[in-house]
Amino acid sequence: MYRIVDIREISPKVQRMVVEAPLIARKHRPGQFVIVINTEKGERIPLTVADKDVDKGHIVLIFQEVGKSTTEMACRKAGEELFDVVGPLGKPTHIEKVGTVVCIGGGVGTAPMHPITRAMKEAGNEVITILGARNKDLFTMEEEMTAASTEIRFTTDDGSRGRHGFVTDELQSIIDSGKKIDLVIAIGPAIMMKVVCNLTKKYNLPTVVSLNSIMVDGTGMCGACRVSIGGETKFVCVDGPEFDGHLVDFDQLMKRQQMYRTEEGIAMEKYKEEHPGGCCGGHHD
Amino acid sequence: MTEKKWIPQPKTPRTPIPEQAPEVRARNFDEVALGYTPAMAVEEAYRCLQCKNPLCVAGCPVGINIPKFIRAIGEKRFEDAYMALKEDNALPAVCGRVCPQEDQCEAVCIMGKKFKPVAIGRLERFAADTFIQSRHEEVFQMEPSTGKKVAVVGAGPSGLTCAGELAKKGHDVTIFEALHKAGGVLVYGIPEFRLPKKIVELEVENLRKMGVKIHTSYVIGKLFTVDELMEEEGFDAVYIATGAGLPYFMKIPGENLNGVYSANEFLTRSNLMRAFDFPEADTPIHVGKRAAVVGGGNVAMDSARTALRLGCEEVYIVYRRSEAELPARIEEVHHAKEEGINFQLLTNPISIKGDDKGWVKALECIRMELGEPDASGRRRPIPIEGSEFEFPVDIVVMAIGQGPNPLVQETTKGMDTNRWGNIKANDDGYTTKKGVFAGGDIVTGAATVILAMGAGKKAAAAMDNYLKTGEWPSID
Ligand SMILES: Cc1cc2nc3c(=O)[nH]c(=O)nc-3n(C[C@H](O)[C@H](O)[C@H](O)COP(=O)(O)OP(=O)(O)OC[C@H]3O[C@@H](n4cnc5c(N)ncnc54)[C@H](O)[C@@H]3O)c2cc1C
Ligand SMILES: Cc1cc2nc3c(=O)[nH]c(=O)nc-3n(C[C@H](O)[C@H](O)[C@H](O)COP(=O)(O)OP(=O)(O)OC[C@H]3O[C@@H](n4cnc5c(N)ncnc54)[C@H](O)[C@@H]3O)c2cc1C
Ligand code: SF4
Ligand code: SF4
Ligand code: FES
Repeated sequence: MYRIVDIREISPKVQRMVVEAPLIARKHRPGQFVIVINTEKGERIPLTVADKDVDKGHIVLIFQEVGKSTTEMACRKAGEELFDVVGPLGKPTHIEKVGTVVCIGGGVGTAPMHPITRAMKEAGNEVITILGARNKDLFTMEEEMTAASTEIRFTTDDGSRGRHGFVTDELQSIIDSGKKIDLVIAIGPAIMMKVVCNLTKKYNLPTVVSLNSIMVDGTGMCGACRVSIGGETKFVCVDGPEFDGHLVDFDQLMKRQQMYRTEEGIAMEKYKEEHPGGCCGGHHD
Repeated sequence: MTEKKWIPQPKTPRTPIPEQAPEVRARNFDEVALGYTPAMAVEEAYRCLQCKNPLCVAGCPVGINIPKFIRAIGEKRFEDAYMALKEDNALPAVCGRVCPQEDQCEAVCIMGKKFKPVAIGRLERFAADTFIQSRHEEVFQMEPSTGKKVAVVGAGPSGLTCAGELAKKGHDVTIFEALHKAGGVLVYGIPEFRLPKKIVELEVENLRKMGVKIHTSYVIGKLFTVDELMEEEGFDAVYIATGAGLPYFMKIPGENLNGVYSANEFLTRSNLMRAFDFPEADTPIHVGKRAAVVGGGNVAMDSARTALRLGCEEVYIVYRRSEAELPARIEEVHHAKEEGINFQLLTNPISIKGDDKGWVKALECIRMELGEPDASGRRRPIPIEGSEFEFPVDIVVMAIGQGPNPLVQETTKGMDTNRWGNIKANDDGYTTKKGVFAGGDIVTGAATVILAMGAGKKAAAAMDNYLKTGEWPSID
């Protein structure tokens, strides 16, 4: 029922998968995610809807191969079907004209950032996008993000593209230029969101982050995704995934993300043993 | 047909049900109770006095004609027994296993006054299993199509029952279920060793055969709201049976440490997601060597016994009242003890201690004593000052109750809830919103399978009436 229309590697270990899911495409709002089950024995994998085509009934998922489930899913081929997809889940982003919005995407965080950036621009905001990656080959959705932003800037850890440094360095320079920033939205690894929030807290800049805690059902039934927000426990799947970044206990989030490290390692080892050399070498044609 | 004479044998002792030995079953997920053989069932059936005024029937929330089905078993008309059960209970194989019989039908069975009550639940299970194993195709009496479209939200026992009843009455029924499998708590909560999933799958399959459409992975309130179902998708009425799925935590320090689970998460990982089969199945679960389960209900017993089966060496139940107040079925407490679960009664957790990596290290508790009865009539537990102590554990499972998930209520206009967030509905399932019915745990708060089913059945009758007459009562 959820046919894979297209799947391709858009940068090393990052896949762009187009899935037929007409209802979800119709109902999805920026900021919301889906949960994918790859195979019958698969786990429930939360992924943000990075783009969609309502007329064709397609949604676009962009995912990084980080462990067994995502590695296995990267081997699927166009024409095959996913075992299940449920969504849209989570609360949509609050889209409003506020003035100048800085959108910061780190790594595959760019994918969830895309529909939000576009909606913010369509709402009449000036959108300055900062994309960060380890090196120049790791940027994803560059064209889409350029089109969705008023202005776009790049940073790399090794200086191979744009500013040599972190996304926070670029943000600092925008702040230093005296530009009035009304809202910062940051999506990426927890550590990146944490340092962005530390910086924006200093300047009292409202900051929204999208959290990627471990999930099971995604409907508020299990509590696996809980995080502390301003000292109160919230469920990311139903109360979020977006929260006021200045209230998030990032250290707790990062610890909770490590909960299954041992088991994830076991699953990956087993997968590698059973698929020596990978399933398809990363090519999909 | 001339009635055969029934000569009851009340002096026969209650027939025990064969079970896997505790030391064996504590390490596998196969069903604990193995079920009666036909000879055992017949013998047990003959203990029934066939009362003219059967008290047992009044004790059953759905009023099963108990003497009738038991007599059929006694006379070896096993299929008749099943049909008699099916008149009032859509899921006898489930209820025979999980009903708290000792508080319901068996609590009032007249035999219990002098001897032990007739094992009604076990007989119910026998009749249902025998029918299922005989591979008889079930024949459904279906009324002609009414052309009315009905939506059922939630595929737990309440929604499944309601859907079946509505389909029989000729309505076009679609179930919307948030998870990827139908069954509600029966598939994600209650473990395989108490309720094999095959049984639930079979019942769901029967519904499909009756023409009920089942859409899994549809979260109502997200993909469609109830209003959209009625205004845009053409449903004439909706039954909401979304259960009590919101896990409660204690709000004590350390609850967000790694290794602290809600019972819902713990059981969902193991049952629905098959984490017991990790890494064959992808979903992991972490149990460590020592587990503490907080709570004293069925959910707590299921969690504790699951932890044991997942390889935990020592499993504690931590419960703040005494044994007499344990809300779990007596049989399950008994099973848990046999399997070696350590009961820390009159004990309440006050904090969870963690290590520097954010993992659970120990549970800190305080001993309790029972004071005056509280509003529920049970004696209130009071902490004994200075009795704090802690013991090392690797995981903590919170099984202290579940509330209503607010998703549907928040997105449905004009449907009132009570102060706990449960949907306001009367006994027949009418809510304050015309065309919308509700029942099961979402209305009553966490209760039992049979009550949820009873609510589904009543609501189906009310919905049928509404669809035919358009009448809507005020429920206040
Ligand atoms: C709301 C939300 C949106 C997300 N959107 C995207 C996206 O658009 N693109 C993308 O690449 N990734 C996204 N993620 C992260 C993605 O879900 C995980 O990378 C994926 O589940 C890893 O599975 P794995 O088996 O391959 O890796 P594993 O080896 O299992 O784990 C690798 C890492 O993934 C995390 N993880 C593992 N299981 C889960 C789980 N059930 N839920 C969440 N995280 C888990 C762990 O913290 C771990 O650090 C999102 C997560 C959330 C919660
Ligand atoms: C671990 C455990 C053990 C138990 N043991 C026993 C026992 O031994 N005996 C007994 O009688 N009772 C027992 N109970 C209680 C019993 O299971 C419940 O009372 C009963 O299942 C309630 O039925 P329900 O149909 O109202 O709800 P549920 O069974 O909770 O089903 C609700 C369904 O609705 C779905 N849903 C929720 N929100 C949405 C939405 N927005 N859109 C679509 N679908 C949605 C859920 O995913 C779920 O499948 C136990 C409960 C638990 C958790
Ligand atoms: S449904 Fe439950 S209460 Fe009713 S007869 Fe069967 S076991 Fe007893
Ligand atoms: S009350 Fe007991 S003895 Fe009497 S009919 Fe019911 S089950 Fe039989
Ligand atoms: S993922 Fe289960 S409550 Fe959020």
